[in-house]
Amino acid sequence: MEYFELLLLGLLVICGISTCLTKNLLASIVIFMAYSLIMSILWALLKAPDLAVTEAAVGAGISSVLLFITLKKLRDIRRKEQDETKKPS
Amino acid sequence: MAEFFGRLWESRIAVAAVVLFAVGFVTLLLHRNLLKKIIGLNIMDTAAYLLLTSLGYIEDRLSPIIRNGDVDPSHYVNPLPAGLVLTGIVVSVSVTAVMLALTVRLYRRYHSLNLDEIYATAQKEHGV
Amino acid sequence: MKRKNLLERFREWDEDRFDLTAMTAGELHRKEPVKVQKSPIPDRPVERLAEGETRAFRRIFPVLAAVLGVVMITFLLMTVVDLPPFGAADVPSDNEVVRRYVADGMRETGAVNVVAGVILDYRAFDTLGESHVLYTALTAVLILLLSAGEPSAKKDVGSELLHRDGIVTMTASVLVPIVILFGVYIILNGHLGPGGGFSGGAVIGAGLILYAIAFGSSRMERILNLRSFRVICLVALCFYSLSKCYSFFCGANGLHTVFSPGVPGRILSAGLILPLNIAVGTVVACTMYGLYSLFQRGRI
Repeated sequence: MEYFELLLLGLLVICGISTCLTKNLLASIVIFMAYSLIMSILWALLKAPDLAVTEAAVGAGISSVLLFITLKKLRDIRRKEQDETKKPS
Repeated sequence: MAEFFGRLWESRIAVAAVVLFAVGFVTLLLHRNLLKKIIGLNIMDTAAYLLLTSLGYIEDRLSPIIRNGDVDPSHYVNPLPAGLVLTGIVVSVSVTAVMLALTVRLYRRYHSLNLDEIYATAQKEHGV
Repeated sequence: MKRKNLLERFREWDEDRFDLTAMTAGELHRKEPVKVQKSPIPDRPVERLAEGETRAFRRIFPVLAAVLGVVMITFLLMTVVDLPPFGAADVPSDNEVVRRYVADGMRETGAVNVVAGVILDYRAFDTLGESHVLYTALTAVLILLLSAGEPSAKKDVGSELLHRDGIVTMTASVLVPIVILFGVYIILNGHLGPGGGFSGGAVIGAGLILYAIAFGSSRMERILNLRSFRVICLVALCFYSLSKCYSFFCGANGLHTVFSPGVPGRILSAGLILPLNIAVGTVVACTMYGLYSLFQRGRI
C-alpha cells in the first residue's frame, strides 16, 4: 500500500512538472488531465471517495473540456482573422 | 538532519503537496502564456486540497460512510476536510471558467496569448 | 444609447434583444487610440527604459523564479515538519465537532454518507453559496462571451465535421445513455454512498457535452435553450434557498419536525437531502453544459 502511494505521488509530481515544461499546449492539457486522474485515485486511497468521484468528473472531465474548447476557439478566431486579412489583397 | 528527513518521510503527502504548490506557483510566475498560467493556478489549487485531505486521514479507519449502524467516531476518518474540499473544487472550476472566458476575450482583442505582447500592444495603443 | 425606462429595458433583456456586450464591445473595439491624460512624468524615457529593462529582466526572470520556488519549498517544508504526523489518531483536527458529526449525524439527518449530511444539512449555507458562485461564474462568462460581432447564423464547423465521423457518433450513441444514467445514480445515491449533487451534476453535464459534440448543438437546443435553461436554474436555486431559509428561521433543526429523517439506508430517506441534491445536480449539469455551449458557439 505504501509503495502504491509513493508511486502515485511520484507520478503526480512528474505530471505536474511536465505539464509546466511542455511547450505544446494540447499536450500540456492532456497531461493535466492525467494529473487530475492520479489525484482522484490518491483521494480514493486517502479514504475520501466523495472527493475522488468529484475530482474525476470535474477536474479530469469538465476543466479539461473547457481548456480544449478554449484552444479550439482560439484557433477558430486566428483562422477567421487570417481569412479576413487574405480577402482584401 | 536525519530527524528532519524522518519527519518529512512520515508526512510524505504533505511534502508532495508542497512541491506541487511550488511548481504551480513558479508556472504562474514564469510562463508568459495565459493558458499555462491558468493550468498552474489549477495545480496550486489541487495541491492545497491534497494537503487538506491528508490532514483528515487517520490510519486504519474507514471512509466516512456509516456501515451497519456503527456510529462510533473512532472507526471513521475525519469527514470535515472532505466536505470543505468538495466546496473548493467546484469554486476552482468556476474561477477557471471565468479566467478562460477572459483569455478568449483578450485573444480576440490583441491576437496573442503572450502576456508581454498583450502588454506591449496595449501600451502602444494608449500612446505611452 | 437612448435612455429608456427600466421596465422596458428589463423586458428587452428577457426577450434577448438587449445586447449585454454591445456597450463593452463598442468601447473595446474603438479604432482611434485612446487619449490618456498627460502624466507629469515625460513619456519617452519610460518607453526606452522599459524596452531595455524587459530584455535584461527576461534573462534573469527564470533564475529568479526558480530561486523563489526553492526558497518557498524550503520554508514550507520547515512548516511541514511541525505538522502533526500523517495518519495519527490524536490530531487536533479530529475534535469534538467532527465526533459529533459522525456520532449523531445519521440519527439527526438520516444520511448514511456523513459528508453529504455535513455539507447539505449542518453546513448547507456553504453549499448554497457555492451554487450561487457557480451560477455567478456562468453569468460572468455569459457577459464576456456573448458574441457581439460574431455572426451567430454561421454553423459551428467543428461539430458539423465531427458529426460525419462514424466512430464518434457510434461511441456517443452507446455511451451517452450510460453516462447520464450513471450521473442520475450518483445524484440519487448522494446520501447513501460516495457522490452527491456536484459530482452527479458534473457527470450529467459531461454526458450532455458528449451528446452535443457527437450530434451537433442544434439538436441539443431543442431540449436546452436559453429560456428553459434560465427557468431550470431559477427554479432549482429558488427551491434550494427557500427550503434552507425555512430551516434557518426555525432554528437549525426545525426541518426535522416536518420532514422526518426516515429509515437510514433507504433511497427515500434523509429528509431534505435528496431533493437538495437533485436541485444542486440540476444547476450544476445545466451550468456545465452552458459553459461548454458558450465557449463553443458564443451562445446557449
